[in-house]
Amino acid sequence: MIRVMAALFVLAMSTAASAVIDGHKYPFDDPEDAERFAALAEELRCPKCQNQNLADSNAPVAADLRNKVYELMQDGKSDQEVVDYLVARYGDFVRYTPPFRLDTVLLWLGPLLLFLAGLALVRRTRQHQAAGIAELTEEEQARLESLKRESSESANENPDDQYQKLDKDKT
Amino acid sequence: MNRGLLFLPFAVFVAITVVFWVGLGIEDKSSLPSPLIGQPFPEFELGVVEDGRILTTTDLEGKPALVNVWATWCPTCKAEHAFLNALSDEDIRIIGINYKDDLDKARQWLADYGNPYAYNLSDPDGSLGIELGVYGAPETFLIDSTGVIRAKHIGDLNPVVWETLGETFRGLK
Repeated sequence: MIRVMAALFVLAMSTAASAVIDGHKYPFDDPEDAERFAALAEELRCPKCQNQNLADSNAPVAADLRNKVYELMQDGKSDQEVVDYLVARYGDFVRYTPPFRLDTVLLWLGPLLLFLAGLALVRRTRQHQAAGIAELTEEEQARLESLKRESSESANENPDDQYQKLDKDKT
Repeated sequence: MNRGLLFLPFAVFVAITVVFWVGLGIEDKSSLPSPLIGQPFPEFELGVVEDGRILTTTDLEGKPALVNVWATWCPTCKAEHAFLNALSDEDIRIIGINYKDDLDKARQWLADYGNPYAYNLSDPDGSLGIELGVYGAPETFLIDSTGVIRAKHIGDLNPVVWETLGETFRGLK
């Protein structure tokens, strides 16, 4: 019960018209703007501590950039304009979503290509295996039948004898 | 089944190892390429640390220069300071940006360790830093005589770095 109430409390807090990051409060008149701010802080990357976003990082430069994002939003800038502003100064690196360009094609399509290559490989292997089974000649088929017959005939004999018999057949 | 196919996983493993080795080992992740190369120096209007006069972007023009972002809280800046003094002795124009720092501390620093800078712009809130895409100090920009940014170096300047960077700098007009 306490957990449910705590969850509801967190949910209620997150919809309030302000975003709190690293102890700093960013008040917004419109709850939607607070959500936009939180989403931007998630999507933008801290250039100093490279595996954290602006929301996670407590590096001074991340705080500066959060303030800048807040300031730009107060000026009525759209999400795209905020992102463009930072990309123009810090490069594509500040975005967690890389742009789709000629030099990033491999990044975007690489996983798909690898998946297709894997699929092709699996299909090829399967076909080979299927072909291998079909390749049993008439002679081999006849031998298989006779072996089956022998084994069912000797089913009541000592199992050790069975194996000896098979071994003899081989040689 | 083709026996050669058995070596495929190993071949893939080797290929991935090589890619990761190159990607993680050689490339310097700590210096990000700056989109500002080839762009004019961002607009500013800031006070000078030494005497408080106000300078703007046009004051940078006239002669190629190094624009060095530094602060007294930055240990690497202290490490590179002697080399900046040496460059200044060679008549290389260095302009400082005192980034997110305390004015008195900055003045004391210059008195203690020498002043290789033509002047230092005071950027206490780091606003020019954001315009320049600064994310750590020291960072050094090379600007030409028209005030266009031609190169950027992240980290300290030293004789090894200067071998290539100095070449670029001497090529500036």
